[in-house]
Formats: sequence, structure tokens, C-alpha cells
Amino acid sequence: MGNKNCFHCGKEYTTKEEIQFDEKSFCCVGCKTVYEIFSQNDLTCYYDFQSAPGATPEEINGKYDFLDDEKIQSKLLEFQENTIYIVSLYIPHIHCSSCIWILENLQKLQKGISTSQVNFTQKKVRITYNSEQTNLKDIVYLLSSIGYEPYISLENYETGAKQIDRSLIYKLGIAFFCFGNIMLLSFPEYFEVDEFWINKYRNFFRTLIFFLSLPSFLYSASGYYISAYKSIKSKMLNIDIPIALGIIVMFVRSVIDITFDYGQGFFDSLTGLVFFMLLGKLFQQKTYDFLSFERDFKSYFPIAVTKINQNGEEEPCQIYDVEKGDRLIIRNQELIPVDGILISPKTALDYSFVTGEAIPIEKKSGDKVFAGGKQMGGIIEMEVLFSVSQSYLTQLWSNDVFQKKIDQKHKSITDKVSQYFTPALLILAFGSLIFWLFINAYLAFNVFTAVLIVACPCALALTAPFTLGNVLRIMGNHKLYLKNAQVIEQMAKVDTIVFDKTGTITSSLKSTIEYTGTDLSNKELAKIKSIVRNSNHPLSRKLYAFLPQSEIVAINSYEEIVGKGMLASVENSTYKIGSLHLMNLELKIEKDKNTKVHIEIDSEYKGYFAFNHQYREGLNTLFNQLDKNNFKIVVLSGDNDGEQEYLQSVLPQNTTLVFNQKPEQKLEYIKKLQNEGKNVMMVGDGLNDAGALAQSNIGIALSENVNVFSPACDGIMDASQFQKLFHYIQYSKNAMKTIYMSFGLSLLYNSVGLAFALTGKLSPLFAAIIMPMSAITIVSFVTILSKFYGKKIKS
Amino acid sequence: MSIIYFLITISILIAIVFLITFILAVKNGQFDDDYTPSVRMLFDDELKKTKTK
Repeated sequence: MGNKNCFHCGKEYTTKEEIQFDEKSFCCVGCKTVYEIFSQNDLTCYYDFQSAPGATPEEINGKYDFLDDEKIQSKLLEFQENTIYIVSLYIPHIHCSSCIWILENLQKLQKGISTSQVNFTQKKVRITYNSEQTNLKDIVYLLSSIGYEPYISLENYETGAKQIDRSLIYKLGIAFFCFGNIMLLSFPEYFEVDEFWINKYRNFFRTLIFFLSLPSFLYSASGYYISAYKSIKSKMLNIDIPIALGIIVMFVRSVIDITFDYGQGFFDSLTGLVFFMLLGKLFQQKTYDFLSFERDFKSYFPIAVTKINQNGEEEPCQIYDVEKGDRLIIRNQELIPVDGILISPKTALDYSFVTGEAIPIEKKSGDKVFAGGKQMGGIIEMEVLFSVSQSYLTQLWSNDVFQKKIDQKHKSITDKVSQYFTPALLILAFGSLIFWLFINAYLAFNVFTAVLIVACPCALALTAPFTLGNVLRIMGNHKLYLKNAQVIEQMAKVDTIVFDKTGTITSSLKSTIEYTGTDLSNKELAKIKSIVRNSNHPLSRKLYAFLPQSEIVAINSYEEIVGKGMLASVENSTYKIGSLHLMNLELKIEKDKNTKVHIEIDSEYKGYFAFNHQYREGLNTLFNQLDKNNFKIVVLSGDNDGEQEYLQSVLPQNTTLVFNQKPEQKLEYIKKLQNEGKNVMMVGDGLNDAGALAQSNIGIALSENVNVFSPACDGIMDASQFQKLFHYIQYSKNAMKTIYMSFGLSLLYNSVGLAFALTGKLSPLFAAIIMPMSAITIVSFVTILSKFYGKKIKS
Repeated sequence: MSIIYFLITISILIAIVFLITFILAVKNGQFDDDYTPSVRMLFDDELKKTKTK
């Protein structure tokens, strides 16, 4: 008979494992318990919004004991007064509307919780509770018991309540208010009719307009004055100088115009300009709330560990307080926070965080263990050699590249253009002033201000934000998430691409698996599949995925020996699956470096499954495309050169292969390339690439699942999109082309306006028409063109 | 015709009221999360349905 899916988590299970409860069936006790909790509290409509939304709760005994510690607790809290506490917890499992629903009904499950609010895009839940009735630890345990285990890391340690910068939205709101009202009020004067009532009320309207323009001029546009001042101070001519100049001149001229009754002034254009430019700024600020581009080791590390004190008792201890000589206890699935020496006899550590390599490394008593490894299996004890900041892995972050801000690394394209634009404009303005002074002093002032007003590079300043903002969104739809718009400019300039090997050009999910030895019958294969299904070891997972689909056989007894393999009895035979040490016979020592899983059935050695690294789909095509387009390709690997020959045979000839690279060496290698004048893109995945990612002109982190953590970088790419990398680079180049074309277009508008200004014929009405018109045409031009180029990314 | 003074003042005042409400709404964080509320507003109905069962 076919297998059924668990009502709670959707996992497949066999009839033998099935647990019936309340006419529903579950795959394990954990899932049933969660259902029980929900049904007792009338919360079963959790299952109405989405079928099988849940996650199996994991064992957590003792994991969160540190939350009892007042000091640690107060670091995590967002707000704390009398008995009212507020905490924000990050919960990676939040993925559907059921999740929102259940998490916002927490108060029905635990007394003391008054409200809980989910922020879906940030995957966070904000819980307000009464500290007399419940505590943080209970809440975390409750969340974990219903399958929503929060992720608490060292990163949470200093955060508390974060200040969100909303000033741009305030500015935009005020600018829109001023713009809208001024437009309405200046409308009557546009027709220049000499009717009685217009003449009568003109002064009233103009005064109102003047006062309405003040907030926009003084507050909304303030960012431009500051930026212009800063750029003059640092002797760099950026685009904000002509903008600030234009705005100020416009305001002064308008004030003079209305006080001496020369005309209605340019208040409408002024406020419109400010509004459009702020809108552009907002559009460019596309952020991916659920991703973080600033991660360092802190977001991987736990906030506290269990220490054994002098009396032999276990006590929670903050990570920063761990000192040399301390003894720590590391539980299953916990991360080793510091370098040290293993005291327990044996264990296996998963260093995939650090290296991207998924196969655990065995350690024996007395071996050195490095920070960043994840404990697999039981509880181990270790002695600390270095404190957190001195550990091998964390020392990488003391390197200079992590200190400077990425934004300051490059000059944007708009700033580059304005380097020529600003002086040209100033020369033109003063030239015309001097020229007209000989003819007519009043007109000279008029022309001078008109030139500055009409040349105010509104369209120019809008081009880049709208193009890049749009490209950012389109790339996001194609699962390449960039940190900000500047990254696109950098991407267009890339000429050298450096790839990490493990986890980047190889996939850590799939391996090609080959079987060598005595043939196994289908039934035996089915049994092996059923056995490995029980293990969480990465190799077992891979083997399980590889073996043909078959009916799951019930297992009578099962035992997992950490670091060795599995013992199981199925029907009447005993199976041993695992490393060579587990097998009965003494075989010759393995020669090749491939990872193997051996099989023994009823004390008879059958053979082994060998795991080869699987290179990502489309690797060949991508490298050939890049090679054809004259990109320099480098593969940097932390591994030994075992696969050099194979790599050389499949990759284009010009590919440089470098092996045995430590994290700092990778960083140095990138630096070396940059010193040669190359623009380097680094594509990596693990924490060991973090230095190289930060050093490179643009660092792209490849991730199998974008919701899990990736090191600090400029962009996060979904691993399934790897083969499209070339198209992305091509697209960013097209985006820059679009910007140049649009620059041409906006300069055209500027020169038309200038022609009017220079002859002294610029009327407020004309300015009020040409400004928004140029803005709208530019925006639609770049939007259409970037959409058109975006279609070229094949999906 | 002096009614114009009155009308224009009123219209500007109303606009200012709206501006202030907008700023207050932003300040309270109403625009920080633009997805969850759209899901949340659908919940109440479903909750009542199951309760009446």
C-alpha cells in the first residue's frame, strides 16, 4: 500500500509508524503532540489555511537554559518596564498564513502573553508578556514545542530595539503635501488672464504658496544641501551640487518675484522637483527584509554556552565570558564557539558553515577542534584554548576589509557624469550673466537664475535610481538578491570572476553515487533505503535521495554509532551500513580520496557506495560563455588538488585553478588581482569565503536556500540560478547602457530648456511643464527599456 | 467674494490634518510591514466560522 503524509508536517511515513489520533494520522509523537496542544486550545483552524503547515518539534532539553540568566535575558529584550516585557524573536520556520495565525494566537496557549504580532517579511514575532506570569524561557520552550523554534544567536546580543530610519518617508509625505497644494493654488495664474477676481486674490494665493513651499524647501530638500556641502568640502563634484544650487536659486528668485510683484515665481516647479527626486530615492531603496547582507560570525554563533564550573556543575555562560582553560559542554546540533581541545573520546563535527563541505569530520580525544564546527550526535566536553575573538575563524573579521563601509568603495555613475556636468553648468550660467550684464542688468539676473533653474538636473538625477531600482527588482524576481543599486554598477564592470569550489561550483546537495561490489537485489536496496532514512547524517540523506523509490520496509531494531555508521535488523537479516571500521573483515587501506559508505548484510561484505562531488548543472555552459566573452576565470579551493585533473578537463583552458587556499589566502589572492587592475567578482558560499567576498568588488554568496544564513556579501543568489550568472552580468551591462541613453535624453531636455533660459524667455508655466514632463518621460523610458532587457534573462 | 479666503483656509487645514495623520501613522510603524496585515485581515472571519461550529 502507498504511504500517507503526516497531517501536521506533511512528511511521508509507513503504516507501522503511523500514530492515530482524533481520526487524523501523524508520522511521529512530536507531530501528534503539537496537534494535541492545538486541538485542546481550539486552535485547529491552523490546518485550514494551508495543509500540513507544521514542523516537527526538535529535542531542545537544556538548550535554552541560558535564558534564565537575567543578564542575557535583558540583552534580548526590546522593552522592559515593571512587569511588561517585549521581545522580538526571529523564527525561520515562518512561511505561510497558518504560521501567522498560530503565532498571533499565542496568548491562548500560554498565560501571561498579552499580544504577539508577526512580521512576515522579516520572519519575526514580537511578543508582549507579563513577567510575573511567564518568562522568556517558557515562551521559547512553548514556541519550540509547537515547531516554531526561534533562532537566537550572538547577533541578538547587542541589538535590543532597533531604530528604524523613516525620515525619507516623512520627507516624501511633506513634499507631496506641499507639491499638491501649491499646484492647485497656482493653477489660476497659469492662464494669465486679467480678470478682476484673480487680480484681487493674487497676493493672498502667492503668500499661501510661499508659506506652503517652506516645509518642502527647508525640510524635504535638506538632504541635498547636506550632501552638496559635504561634496564641496571633500572637493568632489557630485550631482547634488547643481540640484541644491537649482533649488536654492529657484527659491530666492521666486521670493524676489512675488515680493516685487514680477510674477508668480517657481514654487510649483520647486516643490514638484523635490517630490520627484525623493520618489526616485525611495524607489531605489528596495530592500529584502528577509535577507541580511551584513552577517558575520555573530549570526552563526550561539549567545551562550554551558560551562562546567569548579564544583563540577553546569552553568550557562555568555560567549564573550568564555576564557582559556574553561570546560564547555556542547550538545547535539550546537556550534563550537571557540577553538579548543576535545576531551570526550570521539565525535563528528560538521564544518559546512565554514567550508561548505557537508561531510562531517571525525575527531578523537585530544584533537584540536576549531570554532564553527557543528556537533553531530551526543554531548561532548571540550577545553577552551582561545577566547572567541582570538579563535581562528573569528580572527578573519579583524581584517581591515570588514571595517570600511562598502558604499564608500566606489563612485557612482551619476557622480561621475556630474563631474563634467556641474562645471559646465556653472560656466554657462556665469557666462550668460556677464554677457547679459552688458545689455540689461535686470535681464541678466533673470537669465542667470533661469539657467540654474532649468538646468537643475532633475531628470539626470532620476535616471539612475529608477533604472537601477527596476533592475534590482527584476533580478530579485530571478532570485538574485542584491544589496543595493550600486552593486549593479559594479557588476557591469566585472572582468574577472573568482569561484570557490566546494559548495559553489559543486553542489552540496547532490553527489553522483556509484556502487561497487556484489550486486544488490531490489529488496535489499529497499531495505537499505529504509535504514538510511532514519539517520540525519548527510551521507545517509544523500544515499536516501539516490536510492530508487521503493516501499518502505519496517525496521525491527536500529542503532546509530556516531562517526561509524548504522546497525539495523530488518526482517531476519542484520545490516551494517557505514565506514570501513564498522565492517567485519579487514580490508586493504583505501587508496582514493572519495568518500564511501560500505554495506554489509548478515556479516557478509557486499560493497560500497562511492560519493563523487557533483558539479552544478550548467557549469560547463556558464564557464564557456564567460570564457568566450573574455572574462578571466579563477577557481579558488580550500581543498586538496585531488580533482585538479578532472576540473582541467571539463573547464575552459584559460581557467586558473588554485588549491589549498586558507581564508586569508583567498582574501590576499583577490587583493592581488585588484592590484593588477582587475574588477573582481567573487562567488562563494561558506564562511571561509567571507574575507574574499568582502574584499572583492562584488561578492555574491550562493545559497541552496536563501532563507538560511550566508556570509556578508553584496548579493545572494539562489543556487538553482547558478548557470544564469552570465546573463545577470550581461543584464547589468545593458542596465548601464540604458542609463547612458537616458542621460542623453535628459541632456536634450536640459538644452531645450537652456535655449529658452539663455534668451530670457523662461516663464514659470514653461518650467512647470517641462520639469514633470522630462521626469515622466525619463522614468517611463528607463522602465520600459530595463523591462525589455530583463526579458532576455532566460528562466 | 471673501468667502474664498474662508474656503481656501479650510481646504488647506484639512490637507494639514491629513498630513499629520499620515506622519503619525508612519511613526507608529504602520508602513514598516506591508505584507502581514494583508493576511491578518482575512483571519477574523475564519475564526468565527470555526467557533460557531
